Amino acid sequence: PQGLSGARLQPLCVRSLSLTSSRNALESPPARADSTFKVTMVPGDGVGPELMTAVKEVFKAGDVPVEFEEFHLSEVQNMASEEKLNEVLGSMKNNRVAIKGKIHTPMEYKGELASYEMRLRRKLDLFANVVHVNSLPGYSTRHNNLDLVIIREQTEGEYSSLEHESVAGVVECLKIITREKSRRIAKFAFDYATKKGRSKVTAVHKANIMKLGDGLFLQSCAEVAELYPKIKYENIIIDNCCMQLVQNPYQFDVLVMPNLYGNIIDNLAAGLVGGAGVVPGESYSAEYAVFETGARHPFAQAVGRNIANPTAMLLSAANMLLVLSPQNQCVSVCVSLCVCVSQVRTRDLGGYSTTGDFVRAVVANLRHRPVY
Amino acid sequence: MAGNAWRSTILKLLERYGAWITGQRKPEEVSRVMGAVKSQTQPRTFSRGMQTVTIIPGDGIGPEISSAVIKIFEAAKVPIQWEERNVTAIKGPGGKWMIPPEAKESMDKSKIGLKGPLKTPIAAGHPSMNLLLRKTFDLYANVRPCVSIEGYKTPYTDVDLVTIRENTEGEYSGIEHVIVDGVVQSIKLITEDASRRIAEYAFEYARNNQRASVTAVHKANIMRMSDGLFLRKCREVAENFKDVKFTEMYLDTVCLNMVQDPTKFDVLVMPNLYGDILSDLCAGLIGGLGVTPSGNIGANGVAIFESVHGTAPDIAGKDMANPTALLLSAVMMLRHMGLHGHAKKIETACFDTIRDKKVWSRAVQYTALKKNPVSESVTLILLFIGICLSKFNVV
Repeated sequence: PQGLSGARLQPLCVRSLSLTSSRNALESPPARADSTFKVTMVPGDGVGPELMTAVKEVFKAGDVPVEFEEFHLSEVQNMASEEKLNEVLGSMKNNRVAIKGKIHTPMEYKGELASYEMRLRRKLDLFANVVHVNSLPGYSTRHNNLDLVIIREQTEGEYSSLEHESVAGVVECLKIITREKSRRIAKFAFDYATKKGRSKVTAVHKANIMKLGDGLFLQSCAEVAELYPKIKYENIIIDNCCMQLVQNPYQFDVLVMPNLYGNIIDNLAAGLVGGAGVVPGESYSAEYAVFETGARHPFAQAVGRNIANPTAMLLSAANMLLVLSPQNQCVSVCVSLCVCVSQVRTRDLGGYSTTGDFVRAVVANLRHRPVY
Repeated sequence: MAGNAWRSTILKLLERYGAWITGQRKPEEVSRVMGAVKSQTQPRTFSRGMQTVTIIPGDGIGPEISSAVIKIFEAAKVPIQWEERNVTAIKGPGGKWMIPPEAKESMDKSKIGLKGPLKTPIAAGHPSMNLLLRKTFDLYANVRPCVSIEGYKTPYTDVDLVTIRENTEGEYSGIEHVIVDGVVQSIKLITEDASRRIAEYAFEYARNNQRASVTAVHKANIMRMSDGLFLRKCREVAENFKDVKFTEMYLDTVCLNMVQDPTKFDVLVMPNLYGDILSDLCAGLIGGLGVTPSGNIGANGVAIFESVHGTAPDIAGKDMANPTALLLSAVMMLRHMGLHGHAKKIETACFDTIRDKKVWSRAVQYTALKKNPVSESVTLILLFIGICLSKFNVV
């Protein structure tokens, strides 16, 4: 399996995410006169704003030519409206790239079945969510040297927000699977695997029970798999997949699945390598790329306590830099260096450092980098 | 005293053959393992002091492991009379598929069943046997206690949780339509009654087994109406069980924390799909489906205990199968029936055997020698004798 040999730092540095050759082409954002890139930033709720501050500090220290356009969207704080969504959409049309935190969905049912974040995702048509599950160098968990990619369809499936109470006391929730979207995500998965040199794609489903729905998903994946003879295609049932992930996760490479299973497996795999604080992820549409953490939780209990782990957000920001300007790789090196240094571990990794300590360590590492 | 001398001789003999373990073990921990599914105050269907249990051996390795369990129970002198029945799908008068009437009759009489793995032939035209059984007896709760087994090492230690899964509705309602070519709709059904029933069961289980907390697992932030209804019912039922702590957690948070620190969880209650996934996840934490017991509780007091692994046709008939899952399910059954003494004995013997590593079948250890389950039973029988002699002063 990939990633078991060689220095762990290497994959981080040579990760060339050149999407220009893929069907979901993301042309590099228009170069500006002063060659600064403009990026839309949506801090979100919970520790989102703190993580965004960390990203900004690190970028400033690294002299990274990125300018952030901030939008404060929040369903919890009643700052969620159609106009704001349209504002963000307009900004995205210009910038093409965004970095965002988690917009929390309040539990109270206020009349809208779709959460704000879902609506944002649908407006931007961010159909593919990619989560990179890589073991951190220097931090050992029960399973070391993991290297997985989890690709999740995130616009339809169980999150269709179509629910109704047909009879009092009986609620129906519709799960929609379409051939078009299943094919699209399958093609994305195989394209991604081809570009990154991955050898196997595994489709995760529950077609033995949901014969028509997941059966359609599986069929679409199989059809697309035939177009990529070099990549091995397998499928596995979701409950068996979860069991295998905790017993032997090395048998997997790239996983592709519908919405709900993706949510479960994202979080499971994030837990395998160290939790929600260390796994970066991104969402793609045909035109946009949004960078965020892999496991999306607002982590509200950490707000103001300076204990959140910014690793995931910083790794994601580094990925974003690689998209914007592939030469600027120093940020990723520094973050990974920091994790190796055991003094700067935040609480979720078993240390006592604060978010501020971690950011300062990264900044210090950046300042000491060799000048190119 | 003569009795003591006799006892110590036998114990020494057993030690010499390595079948007796004199190691330290805290009995309280072991007995907490497969808690009673429901505390029964009066045993059922007494006939000459024996309780009747319907046993369904199943397919593949089913018959072997069932006979191993029967032998072990005989050695332990458990007052159970076994009624063996087979279930195959037959077409009933109305054209509906159903299980054979003898099996149904036997279960209705005895109310307790032990089931081995049943195979579901693909494209057989009839629904899976497990589904048929579920529908026939209205088995609404699936209980899976997942406890780390001493002697069988996994990366996850000190796991001690129970997953209670609603077994009749939810995502597995089987209602699907093709709306337009290329668009499929699956319906997830959540009803008030089923949610209330499973919540009540979960809290009763927690109370009867001295469990501290019940956690409802849901995704009500996304599926606001359906999981919202489930959650509301759980909250309402929690009001009546103030001695048990009630918490709610999102499914993704549970998955995230489960693989990092499974000791944080106690009893989990959830709808069908999440239950399926989480119970298999927890089984993976302790070592797989070959060592996980499971019980299904139905309305009208019916309870069927089963082993959840597959039929393993490749090792059927070769004396390689591991009866642990079925044995632990049978122990769960004993607790349900109120035979706590026997349950504890068999469970202790089972764990001692596992820890002893002398007979450990291939299904659990990937590289192993061929082992005869009969010899495992013999060892267990010797252990029983030893335990019985130590517990009761045999004259």
